[in-house]
Order: sequence, then C-alpha cells, then structure tokens
Amino acid sequence: MTLTPEWNVTEETPVPEGHVRLTIDDQLIDAPKGELLIRTCERLGIIVPRFCDHPLLDPAGACRQCLVEVEMGGRPMPKPQASCTMTVADGMVVRTQHTSERADKAQQGVMELLLINHPLDCPICDKGGECPLQNQAMAHGRADSRFVERKRTFPKPLPISSQVLLDRERCVLCQRCTRFSEEIAGDPFIDLLERGANQQVGIAEDQPFQSYFSGNTIQICPVGALTSAAYRFRSRPFDLRSTPGTCEHCSSGCDMRTDSRRGTVLRRLAGNDPEVNEEWLCDKGRFAFRYLGSGGRITRPMVRGTDGELAEVSWTEALRVAAEGLLAARAGAGIGVLPGGRLTVEDAYAYAKFARVVARTNDVDFRSRPHSDEELEFLSAHVAGGAPDGAPGADSVTFEGIENAPAVLTVGTDPEEESGIVFLRLRKAWRKKGLRHFQVAPFTTTGAGKTGATVLHAVPGAEAAVVAEPGADVLAALGQPGAVILVGDRAAESPGLYSAVSGLAARTGAAIGWIPRRAGDRGAVEAGALPTLLPGGIAVTDARARTELERIWGVGAGELPAEPGRDGDAILAAAASGALDALVVGGVDPHDMADPAAALTALRRVGFLVSLEIHSSAVTELADVVLPVAPDAQRSGSYLNWEGRRREFGVALDATGVLPDCRVLDTLGVEMDADLFTQTPAAAAGELARIGTRRPGTGAPTRPAGTAHRPGPGQAVLATSRQLVDDASLAVDEPALAGTARRPYVKVNAATAERLGLVEGEDAAVGTDRGTITLPVALADLPDGVVWLPTCSPGSHVRPTLGAGHGDLVGVTPVGNGRVS
Amino acid sequence: MFDFFKGFGVTFSTMFKKVVTEEYPEDFPPAAPRYHGRHQLNRHPDGLEKCVGCELCAWACPADAIYVEGGDNTEEARYSPGERYGAIYQINYLRCIGCGLCVEACPTRSLTMTNFYELADDNRQDLIYTKEQLMAPLLPGMEQPPHPMRLGDDEQDYYVQGPTLATAASVADQTGEQER
Repeated sequence: MTLTPEWNVTEETPVPEGHVRLTIDDQLIDAPKGELLIRTCERLGIIVPRFCDHPLLDPAGACRQCLVEVEMGGRPMPKPQASCTMTVADGMVVRTQHTSERADKAQQGVMELLLINHPLDCPICDKGGECPLQNQAMAHGRADSRFVERKRTFPKPLPISSQVLLDRERCVLCQRCTRFSEEIAGDPFIDLLERGANQQVGIAEDQPFQSYFSGNTIQICPVGALTSAAYRFRSRPFDLRSTPGTCEHCSSGCDMRTDSRRGTVLRRLAGNDPEVNEEWLCDKGRFAFRYLGSGGRITRPMVRGTDGELAEVSWTEALRVAAEGLLAARAGAGIGVLPGGRLTVEDAYAYAKFARVVARTNDVDFRSRPHSDEELEFLSAHVAGGAPDGAPGADSVTFEGIENAPAVLTVGTDPEEESGIVFLRLRKAWRKKGLRHFQVAPFTTTGAGKTGATVLHAVPGAEAAVVAEPGADVLAALGQPGAVILVGDRAAESPGLYSAVSGLAARTGAAIGWIPRRAGDRGAVEAGALPTLLPGGIAVTDARARTELERIWGVGAGELPAEPGRDGDAILAAAASGALDALVVGGVDPHDMADPAAALTALRRVGFLVSLEIHSSAVTELADVVLPVAPDAQRSGSYLNWEGRRREFGVALDATGVLPDCRVLDTLGVEMDADLFTQTPAAAAGELARIGTRRPGTGAPTRPAGTAHRPGPGQAVLATSRQLVDDASLAVDEPALAGTARRPYVKVNAATAERLGLVEGEDAAVGTDRGTITLPVALADLPDGVVWLPTCSPGSHVRPTLGAGHGDLVGVTPVGNGRVS
Repeated sequence: MFDFFKGFGVTFSTMFKKVVTEEYPEDFPPAAPRYHGRHQLNRHPDGLEKCVGCELCAWACPADAIYVEGGDNTEEARYSPGERYGAIYQINYLRCIGCGLCVEACPTRSLTMTNFYELADDNRQDLIYTKEQLMAPLLPGMEQPPHPMRLGDDEQDYYVQGPTLATAASVADQTGEQER
C-alpha cells in the first residue's frame, strides 16, 4: 500500500482542524474526531480481527475479537479495549496485536472462546473457504483447543424463511444480522433470544423472517450461521468464476457480483458501490436469476411455417423471412417498434435507430406498461438529458441527494416494493439525518411506515389534486434547499399527475427524480426509443438537431421522419386496425399493458410480427419470426439507473452463439439494406456517445388534474401496484424467493368494508365484466370507496383478469364462504 | 576374435539366472501395499457414503483432476449421515498424478487409494471415472443408499463409533482397499 502524505505524520506537522493525533503501533496518525479506532487502524493498513464490526452498521462491540491495548494520557487502560466501539482521542497510544503481546493474547483468548461451541463443520459448511472465522482462526487463533467437554448443539438447519437457513451452532452472536434487520431494513423479524450460554439468534414462532432484504444477512454473516437455501452445498469459492455486474431487476442499477460454475449462475452477491447500493441488494436482485436456464429459453431462430407452427430454422433463413416481411410492410402501411423496458442502453439505441433508419418511422415506444402523452412531455422536460454529473441544469437527483435531502415527496411509486435500494436510502436518511418523507399513496404501506412517511392519502385518479395542493407543511418542507420529489412511472395512470409534480417542483424549487420500475426505462429515454425523442435527448421536432443526427448516422438529408410517432397504445391500435402492417417487438409482456386484451388482439391481427425474445412468451406464440436474444448474463452493455448513472456490466457466462438485440437488429438491418453500425454493444455505445446528450428543451406538461370516479353501490375505485416478489417473468423458477412474497390481499378500509359487506380475513371478489379476482380481505387506511389489489401477484393478475387499472371502477362483493384464513 | 565369445558368454550365462520378467497380463503380482493406485470412495458399515461432498480433495489436487458437487440429503433420499453428500464425483485419470494429496485432505477418510493400477484406455471419456465407478463395493451388511441412518441418530454417532463399528465387522478387508 502506498502511503499518502496524510499518513506521513511527524511531531512537527500541524494537526488539521477537527482531527486528533494518536499513535498506533508506534506510528503517528491524525484521525477525524469521532472516528472509530478500528477504522483508523485500517487506514494505516493494520487489520485488527473482527466479526461484529461492519462499516454500515452501528457499533455493537458484541464479539470482542478486536481487542487492543490502549493508553490514555500516559496511563494504560486496565483491560484491553474493543477497537470497534472506541473512538479516537488526542494523545491516545494504541498497541494492536502486532506490537502488544497482551492484545495478541486477549485476541487469542476471545477466539478460543468463540470456537468453544463452534462445530467443526467447515467441510460441509457453505461458508468454508470464504469464512472470516476460518481465516481469522488460522491467523490469530491457537493451534490447539483446550476444550474437551461436549459442545452445545442445536437441531440444524432451521429454515427461518424459505430462502434463509439458520444454523445456531455456528453462530458467534455478532448480531450483524439482527442489527441489519433492525437498522437497515427495518424488519425486526430476527433477534437474540435467551440469555447467557443459551443465547441464540431466532425468530418468532408465528412470524417467519419476512423481509425483502433478508439475503443481505447471509452475505454479512461472518460465519456460516446463515446460509442460502438456493445456494446450499452448490459450490466452493475456488470453483466460482466471479463477474462484476449490474442488477437487471429494477431501475436502481445495483452493483453486484455474479458467481458461476461451469456455465451456470449459482449465486449473486451485492457489490460495494457507496454511491448507489452501498453493500446491499434486495432479495429479488440476489435470488432471481434462474430464468436464464428455465425451460422456456429460446436458443434457435424460429419461423412460422405454412402449417401455422413455429419451426427452428437457421439464422440466415429467419433473417431473410423477417426482412422480406418487414420490407413488404414498410412499402405498405408501415412498421411499429415496441422494444420493451428491459433493454440496455445499447440495445434500446439499436431499436431506436432501427425504427428511424430501417423502418423509417417514429412509431417506437419502449413503455410496455400504462402510459400517456403527458408522460412523454414530462420525460422530455424533466428526465431526458439529465445525469448525476450533468452540466448545470442537467444535474439529476442522486441517491446521495436523497440521503441529504431535508424532505422527500414520493408519488406514483412505493420504493420498498418497486425500488428497494431507494427505500433503504430513504430509511437511512430518515434514521440518521432527520429526513421528512411524504408519500402520496392510497394507504400506508409497510415501506412508508419504515421510512417515517407522512402519507397523503389520495383516491386513485385524483392524485394530481393532492400533489397540486399538498398543504402548507409539505410546501414548506419541499421549499428547503435540497428537497426532492420522487415520481414513479405509475404516475402515468393518473391524469394530470405528472403536470402537478412538475408544477409543484416549479413552485417549491424541489428537484425531480423519475423512478421507473424497470431497469431499461431510463436508458431507453436517453436512447430515443420514444415517439417524440431521438437518441441523445433530441426532440423529433427539432429540425436542426435532426439534421445533425442525419449527418452522424450518414443518412440522406430529410430522410429521418419529422413527425412525432404513435405511442405504444396507438401503435397496438394501429396494428389491430391495419394502419400498421408489421410489428417488431422486444421484451414486451402484453399482460403489462393497460389493456392486455387489446394488446393481444393487435398482436394477433397484425400482418407480420417479429419477436426478439429470451423466453417463449405470449408474443412469441403469435409471432411470425422469433429471433432469440441474449439475457443479461450473456451480453455486455450498460443500464442507466434512475439517476441517469451509467451502470456497465460484462458478459458473465459463455455467450457463444447468443446474440444481443443490437447485433440481431444490425444484421436484420443489413438484410433490409441499411446499416445500423450496432454490431457490438461497444459500437452502439460509441455512436450514442458521439451523438452526445442534451435537454430536449421542450416545455413542462400542463394537463388538467384528473378526478376520481364515484363508486356506486357495490362498487369501489381500484388502486393497484406491484409487489417486489410477485409473478414477474424474471422471477420464474425461484421457489425459495417466491416463498418470501407478501401474501396478496384485497385491501380496504373499515367503513368501506362495512358498506360492501366485507369481513376481514374472509374472501372478497373484485370483478369487472371481464373477470373476477378473489382474495382475502385485509383492512388498511385507504380512503373511502377504494380497494387495493397487487397488480401481478399469485391469484391477482389485475390487468389480464379485470382489464381494469388504477383508478377504474370495479365491483366488489363478499364471497360468503365463511372461510377465515 | 575372443570378444565374440565373451559377448555370447553373457547371453549364455543369463539363461541360468532367475527370470525377472513378469507374465503380464496373464499372471502378475499385486503392487506394493501402499501403492497409489485408483481411488475408492468408502462406505460406512451400513453402506452409507462417507463422502460429504466438501470438495477439499478437489481443492488439494495439484493437477485439477477432481470435480465434486455437493448435494442435500433429505428425509426421502439419504446418501450419507449428516446434511451433505457428494452428488457428483469425478476423477479424471488423464490428469491424476497419483500424489495422494486428495487422500490426505479428505476429512472423513472417504477417499483412499487402492493398488489397482490398470488405468489405460483408448479414449479420453472413459478415463473420467464417475462416482458409480469409484464407490467401494457393497460388502456383507451394507445396503445401497439411499436409505436412512442405521447405525445412529445423527452423523456424530457414525464418526464417534466409527472405529468400533469397523473392527466389529468381521470382514478381513473391511474397506476393500486390497481389491484387485
């Protein structure tokens, strides 16, 4: 390690402001006041052994492994001190195990005590080979044990949830897991039980360890006491090939590590990125990866033959058929492009360019979810072109901005369910920095409770009015410098809400952060996969910028379409009515659209359908040509997280014969006599960088605020949102993860339940003319006349079943089976 | 001239000496008792596997000849006492150098070496020995896993009483290490 000047401290150099000077192992060092001794040692390159200490958790002093000898004012302290709880002081003289026999002896003694009840499980323990206890026992322990009595034993393993297994024999009671659950995640489902020699970690018998962040406890456990059910006995660290990567499940863009063995991903661990996810990962990001090898994976191109069945063909044949069909459609009514929200920036850019250069249209929209024109205006005005390190005016909200904000208003998103790491930051800010959190939502979610949120109750459809007039308290809080408004993509379901957010930001000076649910949404805005935006934040109507883009792309002047295109719903409607002859569809699930039935009708009726997919899906079933594309583990590229921060990742598994979307589209383009120059993600990224990025310079949306429907007798207004662990297509084949999903309920308030005749715990049927969802009733603080359903949870697929969305009227009837569940 | 007879003299005198050539493969003596021959995965006296799939042999192997994947014993299918067993076990005899470090590393004395040395073949695939080929033969009193633990309630009983159980079994070559 190279010593920086800061550490070359001598008696003569002045002590910097706010620092103290102390001696550690005969070396002088200046440390900021309040720093923990163990950190100061780390900065000097002296590693004191420890188990309970974790830089992101509050000090506990539980394991006593980090004992050092401390001398204050010339008087040695009578006993060795725990360096993880002691803060530095001026004139302190510290001797670690390197220079003090007493400290060394104390550490060895603690290690011996820790090992008394620790079983010799290393050969069968998943942690073996990467175990801090194993390593430190080798480095600082005694070679022999003096303990000859019988060790304390417990039945093992104890499943504390479907994905976390507890082995109490191995536990050294460092309390990292309990502190994490209490401090970071706010789910105190795991705690210390009993006293003295019987002390153990445990859970309440009637409550499983249900947390969306429980996987982190496995990772921070310094022994093998908490292990993962999915990774159990699968491999050893020396077998694993680790690749740093980015999580594809939500728009936070968490840094993570993919560990694979012989071409199979075995586990994912949180990476350490202090600016984004710190050292945490939500359970979906950690455990949902088996979709890579699930049964429905498509590996060969397929073409629908004259018999109406898909048959595997060569790439050459599939691309020829696709190109012929698309050329015919282009000459006819035209082509629509639906890329979906799960793409890397590079792939989204390839779709955007394919639409403009090859399909010669602006009919491209990545938003495979309910969307609106208002959202397009909002994205142009507040999102496109923003970056964490952007130019003045293009600066975007960051995780750090949230942490240091005096007040945050969240609307259209429930961070715990839709963007876990944002939730952790909000909680951290609330706990440590006194953040005031306001949430516009139909009811107080568990996440709102854990971030100290003041919930501004809003009836679905009428959120705009609440945001426009949130009350003097909220206005004053958001008026403080650094205040932030976080708006989720569900805002598109509520007319006027984006305009109201925009207006509130202008009124209070708060910054706006847009938090879509999907990982690719933010990047697709930048890549121009929208009917009104070209790549790099160029408005379609901006003639000068368009000419510049034509020059970069090497297409003839005036060849790029100048009229804004159709949005996703309009593209599907046009395809259904014959106003478009072909569709190129990426990772889109029609059941996520506002009206799945209409989307499926459009896909069925359209003349020619090309699908680029990983798995067989509702789209591939109807497609004329299916082209397999690479999942994240087999492609490289980058996402833009909701901050606009670039999150790159490399290929984790062997990708022979698996092509990313950008390469497939490039080759398809060549078949259609146009070159996209996106053969590789690097080439696509390079070209996108040459286009640069800018704010489109269009005005903020000013749409009128929507009003809520008035429910008639036996009716209610539907509120709906996704849960983190649900029937998402990327969470297939994960029984351990699915076991920790929150139970779906129909939520309603007591007054409405009485009006509708519902009884808590009994089933209720929520229905429209299309279908019915039956779930048990739970009471919550919703406004009168509102019912809430999870959008895509087991037994509750709101859009495909009901054909209704947030803010629509639904019929609610009790199911009089008398079953109390 | 004399040298000619001297040379044939050596040949002639050898005809009356004891022959050291062995009649391989018709008749040949066993290798030395501690010869590092083909490996064997041993069993507990009731037939359960001793291997716990810990991969320490693979870790110790300097030639990267061993591949192991652990598995989870369940109530329905138990292969070894305790939680874990070796679900996949392969030794690649194209790579193995017979050093025996794997045997030293084995924490349960599951892996030992026999003195069988006829490890040659005409293709590579057949020289990757799988678990079925490496498992010790079932001796009298042993039962093909999966089956429940017969000799105790948990794995502790198997290890603590292991030596007693082994000597109690009246079979001379209990582990079958001298198998030819």
